[in-house]
Amino acid sequence: MNAITRNAMIPNDGTPNDWTMTGWLRADGRKGIRDAIVVVYLVECAHHVARRIVDKIDDPRVQLIGFPGCYPNDYALAMMKALTTHPNVGGVVLLSLGCESFNREALAVNARAEGRPVETVVIQQVGGTGPAIAAGMAAVERVRAEADARARRVPMAMSELVIGTICGGSDGTSGITGNPAVGRAFDTLIDAGAACIFEETGEMIGCEGHMASRAATPDVADALIASVHKAEIYYRAMGYGSFAPGNAEGGLSSQEEKSAGAYAKSGSRPIDGVIDPAELVPGPGLYLLDVVPPGDPKFGFPNIVDNAEIGELMASGAHINLFVTGRGSVVGSAISPVVKICANPDTYRRMADDMDVDAGRILEGRGSLDEVGAEIVDLITAVANGAQTKSEALGHSEFILTYKASAPARPSECR
Amino acid sequence: MTAAAIRLSPSDNVAVACRNLSPGETIAVEGTALAITEKVDLGHKIALSSLKTGNKIIKYGMPIGSATADVPAGGWVHMHNMQSDYIPAHLRDAAGDHS
Repeated sequence: MNAITRNAMIPNDGTPNDWTMTGWLRADGRKGIRDAIVVVYLVECAHHVARRIVDKIDDPRVQLIGFPGCYPNDYALAMMKALTTHPNVGGVVLLSLGCESFNREALAVNARAEGRPVETVVIQQVGGTGPAIAAGMAAVERVRAEADARARRVPMAMSELVIGTICGGSDGTSGITGNPAVGRAFDTLIDAGAACIFEETGEMIGCEGHMASRAATPDVADALIASVHKAEIYYRAMGYGSFAPGNAEGGLSSQEEKSAGAYAKSGSRPIDGVIDPAELVPGPGLYLLDVVPPGDPKFGFPNIVDNAEIGELMASGAHINLFVTGRGSVVGSAISPVVKICANPDTYRRMADDMDVDAGRILEGRGSLDEVGAEIVDLITAVANGAQTKSEALGHSEFILTYKASAPARPSECR
Repeated sequence: MTAAAIRLSPSDNVAVACRNLSPGETIAVEGTALAITEKVDLGHKIALSSLKTGNKIIKYGMPIGSATADVPAGGWVHMHNMQSDYIPAHLRDAAGDHS
């Protein structure tokens, strides 16, 4: 019942192992693996109306995203521009109260220029909650029909995929099963020409030297070290604890060992650049997303929760995000499917319906890192071809976007 | 067969215990026999070869600290015999800390 099964009119002749995929061709040449219609509230005051529209339409393809604040924020506008033109998005309905600061006109113009059907409903103009819900539902119907009319289904290669990774709900197993297995998958994906993104520089403290040794150029090495240095200063100012007693009980002996567990998600290939939030990945290869804003801490933690990180990976173009969890996260995401990789075999047995990959089996001798890495790559192909992830099947489509200071433009040689 | 310990990267000189290991037992790590010399809990590290004071401890193919005492092959590697090389003040020239 999701977008893919309804729209899969082009047969997929390939088997999962030959990595043949079919995508939606977008105006900018990128290809999507889903054809979502996003209903976007532009201030918390429009959230209820937008949510009611999505609930009443009751189509997993029609998804709710939004921004709560009334004050303007360049980062939020850049993020929303990137997300409403994400290759997995086929159409856009904007929900505005009317008096908020968000630049709804700029957002609509940008999405239209990228070939998306766009409609805007302003609650104060159409006469309040009831009329806005009715108008929004009608707008979704039109936008969805127009997106279907514009849909171009085309072959898609592994080299056209962008894959992100995060870890959340981590425990002592994350760094020895799930994260290195994702690293193996990243190596395979990058060798096949895909773009891969890892992030959370605050969890790379102690790894900056090793990261720099993997940099494709000296400028990238400098940018990698600078990003971790910035994160260290930022998190120290936020009072963020680094190495907890529980880490040592779990067998971790140093800050760099703890960081290395998270860093293992990045695999072993050269690091081609550092990108900022809302910046599209510039090409194939491996990129670090520098999530920490510049300057003194402002607006709080860089990303308050896992879905904020997923949102930034999507804004950089990620079609699918690989989420490694030990304790057992259940979240999915709007726009881009989340593949949940469970690092802990006990957690997997307890929460199997939420988990796509049982990486913890490595601990029990039922698989190797290479085997789990290969399984992740095959699963990415299947999901790109329309197979539902566990979180999609359960209806998860979380989204959160909050305030952040924008990064100044980075010299192009650092990317 | 359940692996008793796994090596995460080919250049690692430590393996990670996949279950609680007891002194006196011999395990196989990638086909090589390793006699366990002391208790090593799940998730903790075992020396794959004898380590000398000052040797880098390599896990994930990268240094995670240095030995502060000699450790026999099959010995437990933790905060009592290794320490972080990471000092925040060194962050600025950290690229020089690793080869």
